[in-house]
Amino acid sequence: MNDPTYTHILKEGLWLNNPGTVQLLGLCPLLAVTTTVINGLGLGLATTLTLVASNVIVSLIRKLVRPEIRIPVFVLIIASIVTVIELAMNAWLHDLYLILGIFIPLIVTNCAIIGRAESFASRHTVDRALLDGLAMGIGFTLVLVALGGMRELIGQGTLLAQAHLMFGQFGNQLEITFIKDYRGFLLAILPPGAFLGLGFLIAGINIINARRERKAVIKTSPASQPVQA
Amino acid sequence: MNYRQIIITAIILLLFAIIGTALVVYTFDSTRDRIAANERATLLRKLHHLIPPEQHDNILLEDTATVRDTSLPGTDQPVTVYRARKAGQPVALVMTPVAPDGYNGTIKLLVGINVDGTLSGVRVVAHRETPGLGDAIDETRSDWIHLFDNKSLGNPPLDRWKVSKDGGDFDQLTGATITPRAIVKAVRQTLLYYRDNQDSLFGGNESNLPPGGQANQQDSSP
Repeated sequence: MNDPTYTHILKEGLWLNNPGTVQLLGLCPLLAVTTTVINGLGLGLATTLTLVASNVIVSLIRKLVRPEIRIPVFVLIIASIVTVIELAMNAWLHDLYLILGIFIPLIVTNCAIIGRAESFASRHTVDRALLDGLAMGIGFTLVLVALGGMRELIGQGTLLAQAHLMFGQFGNQLEITFIKDYRGFLLAILPPGAFLGLGFLIAGINIINARRERKAVIKTSPASQPVQA
Repeated sequence: MNYRQIIITAIILLLFAIIGTALVVYTFDSTRDRIAANERATLLRKLHHLIPPEQHDNILLEDTATVRDTSLPGTDQPVTVYRARKAGQPVALVMTPVAPDGYNGTIKLLVGINVDGTLSGVRVVAHRETPGLGDAIDETRSDWIHLFDNKSLGNPPLDRWKVSKDGGDFDQLTGATITPRAIVKAVRQTLLYYRDNQDSLFGGNESNLPPGGQANQQDSSP
């Protein structure tokens, strides 16, 4: 198998094969948690950390594991990593844990992680697996933040509310209230709003992709023969 | 696939299980003390929101009593009481009742009561209310919970310890009535319990459970 270039891995994770909007993996935490930007960011960071750790370990042991027990071993590894991260955060980053604590067990159920372990990390070298975990994690985080931002803005009329939970005192200056005395739009905060929001997000991405493709076709067609699809 | 292969594969899986378990157990063991200390510190910080450190000179986390009484919200679960004293004199206490009838399950509370029966404050410790609506009871989300500051059973009068929708003095939240109603009710019951058991709550130590219960029940039922 040809090793993909680093740029390709980055592009895949951030846009072309984004776990949130293209692969549609990890919908359970994605839809449940994204009521605000800060919640989305919190879950995104915790997921990224888990993805990087699990990708690296899976890639390291990929030659030791027989194919027939691949999945059970991956499940064991991911569950262990998540538990260790949860305990370590509780011990050394207690304040952050109090905010993110509830999201961390959700990460075990995120199929994006075992998906990457299975389809990428178990077939590639450690450096590429690490980059893939990072790219996928950041891609997922971006979707969470975007969706959280949409829902928070429409639902409560604010952005980055409760930023102090994550950034300390400094966070208080980050909160932006767009509409004073906004009565709130309940639909956006409740689960249906998450589905609708994700739908609009994916539609927007598809529009951008379609435009790019059209441009690409126009650029290449006069020079060379149109490539047969 | 013969037996040999099965055994070898199983052993590999077993090895991973052992390594994984060892890692988790080791982390658990080496973080246990820190986590316990963190949790104590967090709890103490929360208690100090309700009883400022300069108001007492005893060790809050050690001067506790446990109460088990059906007239307290939280029903069959024992409720911990943290007692603050200065020079041996009772100053205030913090009770930890549970409002059983939140919109989405139970709501764990800290209720700080000064020795004269006024509330030093109420805080929500754990809840699962609707994000964006009911979760405004959380101090970090809105100031609603400060409505209770300095209130007592006479202020407002006992029959106005309700949300305004039910004819009481406590505003409900936009889009959420059940959650505030549950909390107002739980705080009211806690105050009633305190009124009837004040002496036994401050007296003695852990082994000394207030005898209360049956005798006080008729007073506190609304």
